[in-house]
Amino acid sequence: MAAPQPESKIIELKPFTDEMIVSMGPQHPSTHGVLRLELKLDGEVVRDAIPHIGYLHRCFEKHSENLNYQQIIPFTDRMDYIAAMNMNWGFCLAVEQLMAKEEGKFPGVPERGEYLRILIGELNRIGSHLLSFGTYGMDIGAFTPFLYAFRDREKILLLFEKICGARLTYNYIRVGGVSRDTPPGFMDEVKEFIDYFEPQIDVYNSLLTANRIFIERTANVAVMDAEMAINYGITGPNLRGAGLQWDLRKDETYSIYDRFDFDVPVGRDIPELGVVSGDCWNRYKVRMDEMKESVRIIRQILESGLPDGPVQAELKAVRPPKGEIFSRSEAPRGELGFYIVSDGTPKPVRVKAKSPCFTALSALQELSRGLMVADIIAIIGSIDIVMGEVDR
Amino acid sequence: MSFWDRLYLPGLIKGMLTTLKHIPKKKFTYQYPEDPRSVEERNDRYRGVHKLPLDPEGNVKCVACFMCATACPADCITIQGGPAPEGWKTKEGYQREKYPEVFEINMLRCIFCGYCVEACPEDAIQMTGITLPQYFRERQTEGEVLGGSRKDFIFDRDMLIDNNDIPEQGLHPNS
Ligand code: SF4
Ligand code: SF4
Repeated sequence: MAAPQPESKIIELKPFTDEMIVSMGPQHPSTHGVLRLELKLDGEVVRDAIPHIGYLHRCFEKHSENLNYQQIIPFTDRMDYIAAMNMNWGFCLAVEQLMAKEEGKFPGVPERGEYLRILIGELNRIGSHLLSFGTYGMDIGAFTPFLYAFRDREKILLLFEKICGARLTYNYIRVGGVSRDTPPGFMDEVKEFIDYFEPQIDVYNSLLTANRIFIERTANVAVMDAEMAINYGITGPNLRGAGLQWDLRKDETYSIYDRFDFDVPVGRDIPELGVVSGDCWNRYKVRMDEMKESVRIIRQILESGLPDGPVQAELKAVRPPKGEIFSRSEAPRGELGFYIVSDGTPKPVRVKAKSPCFTALSALQELSRGLMVADIIAIIGSIDIVMGEVDR
Repeated sequence: MSFWDRLYLPGLIKGMLTTLKHIPKKKFTYQYPEDPRSVEERNDRYRGVHKLPLDPEGNVKCVACFMCATACPADCITIQGGPAPEGWKTKEGYQREKYPEVFEINMLRCIFCGYCVEACPEDAIQMTGITLPQYFRERQTEGEVLGGSRKDFIFDRDMLIDNNDIPEQGLHPNS
């Protein structure tokens, strides 16, 4: 046993803490999946945060090489399981563009199919942003928004269950259209939901967006300016939160988005709240505003009504010609790209998915340097990652 | 920020008010698992556990054509065809050629995509409105919430035929 020390020696005037390595995850509620962060801490300050991914890897890309094009669609459901409709859509869009390279191979998606795709895609966007809003509130410490968001998301899931028979893994959008027509009374239920949901967004805003505690936790935290976002290849609400107006639905329009009137919300500085563009608050707010825009698009569909006709193009076989394609679409979390190489057989030679969450996660390391541990949670929630899509 | 803002009281109170408004409203939640959503509430598109429907004479409709097994992306259907027993008639009244001697679906591999139902030319495989946990709760011996071993998840032909008493919630090709 050491000799008793004089009191002045025990209490150091300038405490120095060793760098400590803490493993955060893979089972951590706020990592939105199984993500392990290796944190290098100096006391409470994060010196470095290294994400370790791959816990949810299911070999999507390699597996696809052994399946035919139709059979891959249910597996895209399992990439971003929060917005599976948009994943189906992104893949089908790529296959359709590849098929269209050969004259007369692909007749085009029927009008009614396009409308249904947009209706379902935007509903799924709302559902996805609702989940991100709810869990973000919960990460920050507000439990109530989570329950509200899940209550309303449940309504969307019930609508999806009615139209395609599943709650999360829809397998609804197919090459050439959608798999089935609306059940009777479906559009009335969508209208009922939208009428109910539109005022709810203001309730959420009063509950969380304008909440002083929430603003304190997120405003001016982990600012990602437009240049950094572009350098990292970040897309979707994270990029728009940085103040850059870039939305594939508008800027590289696909399907029939050009017929609809909607705005692209972007992040901005609000001095009285202490908010600067590109911070966690703005990334969050863009999602809240996007829900309103999605409601606007759905309202336009409800007003014009679905056109009559088939929902799926008559295709003899899904067999794209020899060639390759890179196609991208705007999923709720950013640009979802699919690169497909075909050799003219019913099975692809190579499928590569460009996932928006993966790029968003790559910026985490730079964003989190020098912040507190508690801020890491705020960052992960604000970039809204789904590990199923990062790992694929 | 003013002193009043710094107290965070307005934020707390505002949030609390929204919460309080909801207390008298109707409950939205289900008391799962004691009181799950009823099967009848699901519409006929629900993709649950499979069943093998019977023809009017009570014989299994399936003609062992392997279309479903070919369409299945998870490769979970095992079929062994055999000559149909004497006296099994087709719709037109001829002797049927084939029937499945073995028809197994590995529910651990199945991803409930519904391709098998869409592929079947005879409408001889359908999906019921119950999920796998519900199935096990209703069918399995006491004490088992889900299967006890991997074997329990391989549903053979007779189990799938027994599923016919589950309310008609199948996925119909043209509904
Ligand atoms: S639902 Fe899909 S995975 Fe399951 S048996 Fe049918 S085709 Fe196979
Ligand atoms: S269930 Fe239908 S598709 Fe499958 S083998 Fe029987 S008849 Fe053919």
